[in-house]
Amino acid sequence: MTQKIRVYVPKDSAARSVGADAVAQAIAQQAASREIELDLVRNGSRGMFWLEPLVEVETPAGRTAYGPVTVADLEGLFDSGFLEGKDHRLSLGLTELIPYLSGQNRITFAKMGISDPLSAQDYLANGGLNGLKAALAMSPEEIVLAVTSSGIRGRGGAGFPTGIKWRTVLEAKSDQKFVCCNADEGDSGTYADRMLMEGDPFLLIEAMVIAGIAVGADEGYIYVRSEYPDAIASLKSAIEIAYENGWLGSSVLSSGHAFDLFVRSGAGAYICGEETAMLESLEGRRGVIRAKPPLPALEGLFGKPTVVNNVLSLAAVPMVLAKGPEFYSELGVSRSRGTQIFQLAGNVARPGIVEVPFGVTLGTLINDFGGGSRSSRPIKAVQVGGPLGSYIPASNFDMIMDYETFAAANAMVGHGGIVVFDDTANMGRQARFAMEFCAAESCGKCTPCRVGSIRGVEVIDRMLGGQDLSANLELLEDLCQTMLDGSLCAMGGLTPMPVLSILEHFPEELGLIEGQHSGSR
Amino acid sequence: MNYLAEPMQFASWSTDAASEIIDRHQSERGPLLEILNDLQRTFGFIHEDAISLVAEELNISQAEVYGVVTFYKDLRTEPPGAFVVKICKAESCQSVGADQLAEAAQEIFQTKIGSTSQDRSVTLEEVFCLGNCALSPAMMLNERLLGRMDIERITELSKEIKDVSL
Repeated sequence: MTQKIRVYVPKDSAARSVGADAVAQAIAQQAASREIELDLVRNGSRGMFWLEPLVEVETPAGRTAYGPVTVADLEGLFDSGFLEGKDHRLSLGLTELIPYLSGQNRITFAKMGISDPLSAQDYLANGGLNGLKAALAMSPEEIVLAVTSSGIRGRGGAGFPTGIKWRTVLEAKSDQKFVCCNADEGDSGTYADRMLMEGDPFLLIEAMVIAGIAVGADEGYIYVRSEYPDAIASLKSAIEIAYENGWLGSSVLSSGHAFDLFVRSGAGAYICGEETAMLESLEGRRGVIRAKPPLPALEGLFGKPTVVNNVLSLAAVPMVLAKGPEFYSELGVSRSRGTQIFQLAGNVARPGIVEVPFGVTLGTLINDFGGGSRSSRPIKAVQVGGPLGSYIPASNFDMIMDYETFAAANAMVGHGGIVVFDDTANMGRQARFAMEFCAAESCGKCTPCRVGSIRGVEVIDRMLGGQDLSANLELLEDLCQTMLDGSLCAMGGLTPMPVLSILEHFPEELGLIEGQHSGSR
Repeated sequence: MNYLAEPMQFASWSTDAASEIIDRHQSERGPLLEILNDLQRTFGFIHEDAISLVAEELNISQAEVYGVVTFYKDLRTEPPGAFVVKICKAESCQSVGADQLAEAAQEIFQTKIGSTSQDRSVTLEEVFCLGNCALSPAMMLNERLLGRMDIERITELSKEIKDVSL
């Protein structure tokens, strides 16, 4: 009996959003009508979204890719022998050799798109649980030390060293501690958390168990935004499978360590991505932020010491333990160690996931990986780090991606999302949107954020209408300063960033002449 | 592309069914939001009687339940149309024309953003980011993510919804 040919069609929700389900169905039908037996695997996405739906065929030479495939292409693909990896108009060659992929250094995303995300067997075959097994042979102090020396910093935006957070929780005395994963990925231009939860959910589970063992917590929560129904479903299935395999439960891998894990869904509030608002929401309350201190590490969920980490911060941990902290820390530049999962989005020709070490330039990401704008028009600016991130003009694309370089330029790496705008973008409207978004999403606790954002929209509207420019400019600058100084969290405190970056780089789009904006922050 | 549109099916409000849902979550920590999400999934919206029922069973004030219901955008106090269509209006989608698309969608679905069409086939909503930024402009049909949307595809979608709803 000959071996069945293995064909991969992603089940990532983004791939499905452009027809992957219909393609998978049509492949099965074509194969059936030609009496070919196939092993059709629904894998995660490789993260090359301009090629989705991307179909891969396992051949003796390796996995061969075709894309973007539509249902109408399938008859031709079968006729031209794509099941033997033969040439076709949509041929992309061996998947691993596609420059977009071969030019990356995938560590956190190493298993992404390789196999069925919910196959426990595949997870183990691809190196899964090696981090947890290593952790079980270490003391909590040793685990925390490894995470600290790896240099992993929070991927949610603030860039706080993950190991130091863990140490604080480890040293806190309490009968109950928690590990919470912040998966409320609300920044536009970011989708790496969603991909990871759908495409490698066991990795996040493994990471949370390690965190629990490290700090002495036996209960964890993953707070996922409701806009991600497929990620929620994938996590819930993965957790069930993890319990069946003894990766979760009263004695993880028969170690005597207990760890229970729960998925909680948000309900459409951007502010719940702020860690204290997320804790409030997990407790079943309005997502209103808390003043810090006390730090969540000391008084977090239900007042107990709590690790709160982003999906990507956690997901970097298993590899660090499996291969040692140096493996991670030797990558990157200055105080930004390891890799970042950059996400190219918006008006870009080759949108997708680019995992490379910190230190890469914006230009390399946008032009070499991204291929410039999707519209083929000149790029005007990119917004990095979500709706609270600065707009960076094309003239600054030599900036390198690291936390300190960006902070020095009044910008932030944030969650690694990069949204590209071409020369048709109206930057005055983008400035207005920053305030409008804050007005819509503010939790209402701090007046500068709750009221200031509404006033901000009004002031910018007057400027866009050409009304009393210098007086309104002064008002806008003053308002931005008040929001920066007078807000408890990043929502009000960073909303001025995109606005001020537009004042600095595109003053004419708010009706100003160059130099009119004082540039002071 | 075939959207395989299926209208959402909701149970009609019953205090017994609602109590069962609440009981199911009673053993969880901080269960209020989980309960409300589950009630909405079952009945399509948060019925006004749900507020006092939940408050009583969790032994908290009605004001607290009401406060949570009104804080979260997802939670609705009116039943939705047969289909909920969400249009992403965040930056990534803006960069490829989401604002114009949202304008067009209001024409095509014959309803304003934030409301339900007269024939109750579609509730149209705006949303800030669906995590499909690599395939902007993005939309969501019930719980199904859609990418690379344009006016032509929205028109197709609307026809399909009409056919199913009739």
